[in-house]
Amino acid sequence: MDWVVFGVSAAVVLVGALGVVTSRNPVHAALSLVGTLFGIAILFVAQRADFLAVVQVIVYAGAIVVLFLFVIMLLGVDQAENLEVDPLVGQRPAAVGLGLAGLACLLLPIAFGKWEWLSGQPSVVGPAHTGTDPNVTRLARALFARYLLPFEATSVLLVIAVIGAVVLARRPLGSERLDETVREEP
Amino acid sequence: MLDIVWLLPALPLLGFGVLLLSGRRLGDPRAGWLATTMVAGSFAVAAVVCAGLFLRSPEHRVFTQTLFDWIPAGGLRVAVGFRVDPLSITMALFITGVSTLIHLYSVGYMHGDDNFSKFFLYLNLFVFSMLMLVLANNFVLTFLGWEGVGACSYFLISFWFERNSAAVAGKKAFVTNRVGDFGFLLGMFLIFAKLGSLDYGTVFSHVNALSSGTATAIGLLLFLGAVGKSAQLPLYIWLPDAMEGPTPVSALIHAATMVTAGVFLMARINPILFRGPDTLTVIAIVGAATAFYAATIACAQDDIKKVLAYSTISQLGYMFLAIGSGAYVAAIFHMITHAFFKALLFLGAGSVMHGMHDEQNMKKMGALRKFMPITAGTFIVAWLAIAGVPPFAGFWSKDEILINAWDKSPILWLVGFVTALLTAYYMSRQVFLVFFGKPRWEEADAKAPEEAEAKPEHEPAATEGAAADAPTTSDAPSSSGAHGAHGDFRPHESPWTMALPLVVLALLSAVGGALNLPINHSTEFLTRWLDPLFGNRLHEVTASTGLKWILFALTLGVVALGITLAYGVYLKHRVREDALEPSVLRHAWYFDGFVGALVDGPGRLAAVWSAYVFDRKIIDGAVNGVATLVRNTGTNVRRVQTGFVRNYALGVAAGAVVLFAFIVFRTA
Amino acid sequence: MPGAWYLTLASILFVVGAVGLLVRRNVLVMFMCVELMLNAVNLTFVTFARMLDDIGGQIVVFFVLVVAAAEVVVGLGIIVAIFRRRAGATADDISLLKG
Repeated sequence: MDWVVFGVSAAVVLVGALGVVTSRNPVHAALSLVGTLFGIAILFVAQRADFLAVVQVIVYAGAIVVLFLFVIMLLGVDQAENLEVDPLVGQRPAAVGLGLAGLACLLLPIAFGKWEWLSGQPSVVGPAHTGTDPNVTRLARALFARYLLPFEATSVLLVIAVIGAVVLARRPLGSERLDETVREEP
Repeated sequence: MLDIVWLLPALPLLGFGVLLLSGRRLGDPRAGWLATTMVAGSFAVAAVVCAGLFLRSPEHRVFTQTLFDWIPAGGLRVAVGFRVDPLSITMALFITGVSTLIHLYSVGYMHGDDNFSKFFLYLNLFVFSMLMLVLANNFVLTFLGWEGVGACSYFLISFWFERNSAAVAGKKAFVTNRVGDFGFLLGMFLIFAKLGSLDYGTVFSHVNALSSGTATAIGLLLFLGAVGKSAQLPLYIWLPDAMEGPTPVSALIHAATMVTAGVFLMARINPILFRGPDTLTVIAIVGAATAFYAATIACAQDDIKKVLAYSTISQLGYMFLAIGSGAYVAAIFHMITHAFFKALLFLGAGSVMHGMHDEQNMKKMGALRKFMPITAGTFIVAWLAIAGVPPFAGFWSKDEILINAWDKSPILWLVGFVTALLTAYYMSRQVFLVFFGKPRWEEADAKAPEEAEAKPEHEPAATEGAAADAPTTSDAPSSSGAHGAHGDFRPHESPWTMALPLVVLALLSAVGGALNLPINHSTEFLTRWLDPLFGNRLHEVTASTGLKWILFALTLGVVALGITLAYGVYLKHRVREDALEPSVLRHAWYFDGFVGALVDGPGRLAAVWSAYVFDRKIIDGAVNGVATLVRNTGTNVRRVQTGFVRNYALGVAAGAVVLFAFIVFRTA
Repeated sequence: MPGAWYLTLASILFVVGAVGLLVRRNVLVMFMCVELMLNAVNLTFVTFARMLDDIGGQIVVFFVLVVAAAEVVVGLGIIVAIFRRRAGATADDISLLKG
C-alpha cells in the first residue's frame, strides 16, 4: 500500500513539475503547479505530517496559486512563450549540464547509503511519532514554546510583506489616473 | 607635599589658556602680569616640592606621580606622569625662577608692542613645555616638552615675522632642530625595541640588559638630539640667527633654559651613558671643540647679541665637556650659574638696546655706564661671573669642569683652558666697547652709510636685520618715532620692571657659586643633593690637591691675561682692532656658507632627483600603475555583468553545485 | 517505505525546478519554479523529521511556508509594478544594470 501511494504521488509530483517547466502558456504552468503541490501534500500525509499537509493545500494550492493566476489574468501576460530557442547562447545546455551535475551530487550519497552524515542527530525539540499525542499537538508545543520568538518574528515579516506589496502596487502620485479623478471632482 | 607637583606645569598652561581666550581683552600690561603671576606661582610650587623632597632621606628622593594613561597601545604604554627627583626639581626651580624674572622684565621690554599678549602666551606655553620636559617620567613625554619648546622657540624667534630675516631665522632654527630630533626619535625607538618600555624608572633599572654597543648607539642618537637642541657643533648654526627674536626670548630660551635641555637630557640618561662609555668621550670632544670654536667667533663679532649668542654656544660646550668627563654635577652647576649670568647679560643687552633705540652695533656705543648705571653695574657683575673672576658664580662652576676635564684627558683641559682665556677676552671686549671709552654713537651715526656698506656680510640671512640695518628695524617696539631724532638722543635707563630682574640676577650671579663651594664636602650642597641620583656613575676627581691648586692658579692667570689683553686693545688702543678681528672669525669660519653650499648644491640635486625622477617616475608610476591595472581589469571583467538575471542565476547555480560537490567528496 | 526514495524524489524535483528557473524567460513561470524548489526542500525536511523522529523538521517547513507566502506577495507586487511600465516583458528585457 505504501508503495502504491508513494508511486502515484511521485508520478503526480514529477509530471506536474515537468509541466511547470515545459508549458508554453503560464496558465497551464500554474495548473501543473497545483498538481505538484497536491502530490507533495499526499506525501506529507504518508509521512504523518498531517497539519503541514493541510496547510500545504490551503496556503499553496489555495492561496498562492490563485494569486499567480490572478496576476496572470490581471496583467494579460498569458500569451505563449517560444521555447524552441533561447536568446542567451549557451544558457540552456549550461543549465541542463549544471542540473545533471547537481543531481549527481545529491544522489551519490543516497545511492551509496552514507547515512551517518546524511542523517545527523535528533535535536531536542521533541519526537515526531513516538507517543500518542496527535501531530498538531506536537507542532503546537514546539512552536509556541521553543520557537515562540521566531514565530512572533514571522508576524513582523508578514506585515512588512503586506506593506511592501501595497507600496509596490500603489499608483505613484501624479500619475494620469489620479489626475483624472481630481479633474472629475468639481 | 610632593603631590602638588602637577601644579607646576598646570599653572603656566592655565596662563596660556587664559591668554589664548582673552589675551587681547586683557591687553597691555595686564596680560603680562597674568603670565608673570602664573610663572611665579609655579616657582612657589617648585620651592614647596623641593622642600618636600629635601625632607626625605637621600635614598628616597624619587617621587613619581602618574596622572593618566596617555598612549595605551599594545605593548607600548605611555603615561602622563612626573618624576620628581633632585635633578628634575633643581631644573624646575631654576627654570621657573629665571622665567619669573624674565617675564617681569618683558612686561617693561615689550610695552607698546602690538602683539603684547601673544608674546606672553608663547612665553607661558614655553614654560609649560620646558617643565614637561624636565619633569616627565618617560621619554615620550620628555619628547613632547622637547618639541613644545622647539615650537615655542620657533614662534618667538619669528615673533616679528614681518621682518624677513626673523621669519627666515625661525625656519632655520626649526629645520636644524629637526635634524637633532631625528636622532632623539631613533634613540627612543631603539630603547623601546630593546627594553620594551620608555619609562625612565623601568629603562634605568634594566639598563644592564643592554649590550654595551647598543647603549653606545642609544647614547649617541640621543646626544644627536642634544646637539641640535643645545646648539653644539655642527648643528649650532641656528642659535646665532635666533637672536632675531625679542631679547627676553634670547635670555630665556636661547641662553638660560631651552638650550640647556640637551645637557639635562644627557644628565637624565646617565645610566645609559655609563653603560656605553664611548659616548662620553664623543660628548667630551664635541663639547670641548664647540666651546673653543664658538669662543673664537665671539671675539670678532660687533653685534652685542651675537657675541652673547656665540658665548652661549661656547658655555654649552663647557657643560657637555663636563658631561663627557662624567662630572654631571659640574655640568648642572654650570648650567645654573650660566642661566643666571647669561640671562643677566642678555637682559642687560636688551636694556642697552632699549636705551640706545635699538642700536645693536657695539662699535657705535661706548661710555654707557654714565647713562645707564644700573644696567652697567649689573652687566659688569655678569661679565666678572662669566669671565671666571672669583668669587663670582662662573668661576666656581668653570673651575670644577676644568678639573674634571683634566682627569678625562689633559688635552681636553687645554682646550677648555684656552677657551677660558678667550671667554675672558671677548667678554671684556664687549664690556669695554659698550660701557667704557668714549661715546661713539654720534660720530658713528654721521658716517653710518659708509659703515653699513663696508660691514662684512656675516650670515646673509640674519645680518640684514640684526647688524647692518639695525637702526632702521625695530627690535624693541618702544622706539617708535625715535629714529628721526637720532642726532640729539641720550641713552636712558630702563623702567623698574626691567631693572629689578637685572639686580636680582646680578645678586645671584655674584653669590651663585655658594651652591657648590669646593672647600670641603659639607659646603658642596649641590653635589650632596644630586649625588644619590648619579651614585657611582659620577666621576670622582682623582687629581691631587697640589695639582688642583696649580690648575686653579693657571686658570686665574689666564683670565687676568684675557682681561688685560682686551683692556690694552679696546681701551688703550695699543693694537689696531681690525688686526684682531680677522674676516674668517667675523664670518664664523665660513661654516654657515659651507652648510649653505652643501644644501644648495648636492642637497638641491638630491631633492630635484627625488622630486622629478624618484617621485614622478617610481612613486607616481606605482600609484598610476595600480590605477591602470584596476581600470583594465574592470573594463574586462565588467562584461560578466550582462544584466540578464538568468545569467546571474546560472552563476548562483554553478556555485551551489560546486558546494554540493565539495561537501560530497570531502566526506565520501 | 525507506526515506531514500523520498529524498531521491525531492532531489529530482529540486533539480527540475532549478533547471526551469534557468531556462524559462517568463518571470511568473520562473517564480513557479522557485516554488517547486521550495517544495522539494520541504519534502526533504518532512522526510528527515520522520526518519529521525524529530518534530523540528516539520517546524522548519512551517516557517518556510510563511516565508514563501511573504516572498510571493512581494515578488508578485514587483512583477505588477514592472508590468505596469512595460507590458509583456520577459526576464531578458529587464537588463538595465548591464555592466
